[in-house]
Amino acid sequence: MSGTGHALALQGLTKCYGSFTAVADVSLRVERGEFLTLLGPSGSGKTTILMCIAGFVAPTAGAILLDGKDITPLPPERRDFGMVFQGYALFPHMTVAENVAFPLRVRKLSAADREAKVRAALDLVQLQGFAERLPRQLSGGQQQRVALARALVFDPALLLLDEPLSALDKKLRAELQEELKALHRRIGRTFVNVTHDQEEALSLSDRVAILNHGKLIQEGAPAHLYEQPRTRFVADFLGKSNFLQGEVRESVPGGFVIGAGATRIVQAVAENHRPAHGSRVLLSLRPEKITLMSEQDEADNIVEGRIAAWSYLGAGFGLNVETPDFGLLRVALPTWRAPIAPREGLAVRLGWSAAASVPVMEDAA
Amino acid sequence: MRRQDAGWWLLILPAFLLMTAFYVAPIAQVLAISFTEPSPGLGNYERLFTSESVQRVILTTLRICVITTSLALLLGYILAYKIALASEAARQWWILAVLVPLWISVLVRAFAWVTLLRRQGLVNNALMEAGVISEPLQLVWNEFGIIVGMVHYMVPYAVLPLLASMREIDPRLLAAARGLGASRLTIFGRVFLPLSMPGLIAAGVLVFIFSLGFYITPAILGGGKTLMVAEWIGLQILDLIRWGLGTMMATVLVVAILATLAIFSRVVDLRRVFGSGA
Repeated sequence: MSGTGHALALQGLTKCYGSFTAVADVSLRVERGEFLTLLGPSGSGKTTILMCIAGFVAPTAGAILLDGKDITPLPPERRDFGMVFQGYALFPHMTVAENVAFPLRVRKLSAADREAKVRAALDLVQLQGFAERLPRQLSGGQQQRVALARALVFDPALLLLDEPLSALDKKLRAELQEELKALHRRIGRTFVNVTHDQEEALSLSDRVAILNHGKLIQEGAPAHLYEQPRTRFVADFLGKSNFLQGEVRESVPGGFVIGAGATRIVQAVAENHRPAHGSRVLLSLRPEKITLMSEQDEADNIVEGRIAAWSYLGAGFGLNVETPDFGLLRVALPTWRAPIAPREGLAVRLGWSAAASVPVMEDAA
Repeated sequence: MRRQDAGWWLLILPAFLLMTAFYVAPIAQVLAISFTEPSPGLGNYERLFTSESVQRVILTTLRICVITTSLALLLGYILAYKIALASEAARQWWILAVLVPLWISVLVRAFAWVTLLRRQGLVNNALMEAGVISEPLQLVWNEFGIIVGMVHYMVPYAVLPLLASMREIDPRLLAAARGLGASRLTIFGRVFLPLSMPGLIAAGVLVFIFSLGFYITPAILGGGKTLMVAEWIGLQILDLIRWGLGTMMATVLVVAILATLAIFSRVVDLRRVFGSGA
């Protein structure tokens, strides 16, 4: 059950249902052995893309290539992709072993080969000893693993996962995330995953493609997407973010200054991305990059405000700080050795460096 | 039993008494007569083993019922499959089309088949004019006619439980089977058919039991030449005034039905066959 994965390419993939465009001109490459996640809110077209890759949905336009070969017209049963369905879709009248053997049986493998491969697949997902159970006798996490074993047992070119963890409770989900990641490392196959859970996308994937309204908004490594969101939607959907709006007032070495009301904010920027003087810009600032400053502390940017609301979250405090020029700013403050004891109405000084925030674009409506 | 419960039981008492007086008591009496007329003892039941005509009636009935059930299941399965996979709007029309015959009197339908199948009927005339046959075929007043009429009557009773069980099958299972590489035939054989098996058994039991006691259709389309159990009982009691023999056969029929139910209640949930539950 080892081997190299295959590369997948989507070229201008479009799917329309009547006048509704579910997927609009999406082009994407998935490299050999890569774990790619399609991330987006419901209705973003992520599942439709997966169904096009699997062959259940015929695209209106565009092509799907596997290792450079056009597979767009192939029906699902001839694509040789493993798939873990939402809700797992295990055959309720078959035992675990029969479920896992199903793809081998339709490929007419001998009984001996089937048995060996089923055993190897069940070992892989750590379900030895469950072979003779029926799916309904298994827990959600075990069912999920049977679905994985069934999708991997025939050495598929690609593994497709449709919200594989969404039916599980939070703790189990975190556990299976780690297992899924370890499994991907171990077998080195190409995985394409669909989810609306941004945490899952960040922790599992080599690369994430963010979709909204059927369009590909941004793709990249999880850290790149989190640190360098291109648009407001990406910054907002991946983690939490404050948005600071202002007008470009002046240029400084390595950055520029925006003004909003009486406040000046210094923003670091690459030389070739300088915005025009006087243009309006939007900055995304993560709550955990803001620190609480004492009277004598210095920072590139300092904003004063009052705590409007706060909550205790265990590892940290979540503060909502009312500021004169930017409205409410969210601040994440670690509870361990917090410099203040939060209470409503408390005056605080917020500080962050010029490199902490990042300019983002407004999304086209 | 607690006192509140006793109150609830009182509510069903009138219905209970009515059932006992008009339903259970006559059946008990039928049972009693079969042991007492014309003389007390097991004489009537002895005929099951000694009388060739009694055995012939039973065998004819079983043969017709098995053939009817098989054909009704086959046609019903095809129909139910088509309906289960149809779009929501189309499904409503299909179900209506299946149910409409149920609202037409069984008598009307039996006579309709007679006019179609008799010697100068539509079918024979059409076949003769087309030159397929030179002599009219004997299509009615025999087992063939009975089976045609009974299958026609039974198909809706096969479709309904089949459809109910097919609609419980998660369509994602069929998609999953396809995604795992199965051909349409394999998906049907290994996934759809096994999962619709409870419906198939339920429909089979329902149609078979209905067929066992069928009276009007065999009486009209059999033309008195091919006798099934129900008509034979009528003949014994009404024409030959042999109450003992008639009630013996009626008892055998009831026992056969109960036995069928008992056997299949171990395989499927009978409450679903008759509409409650789920």
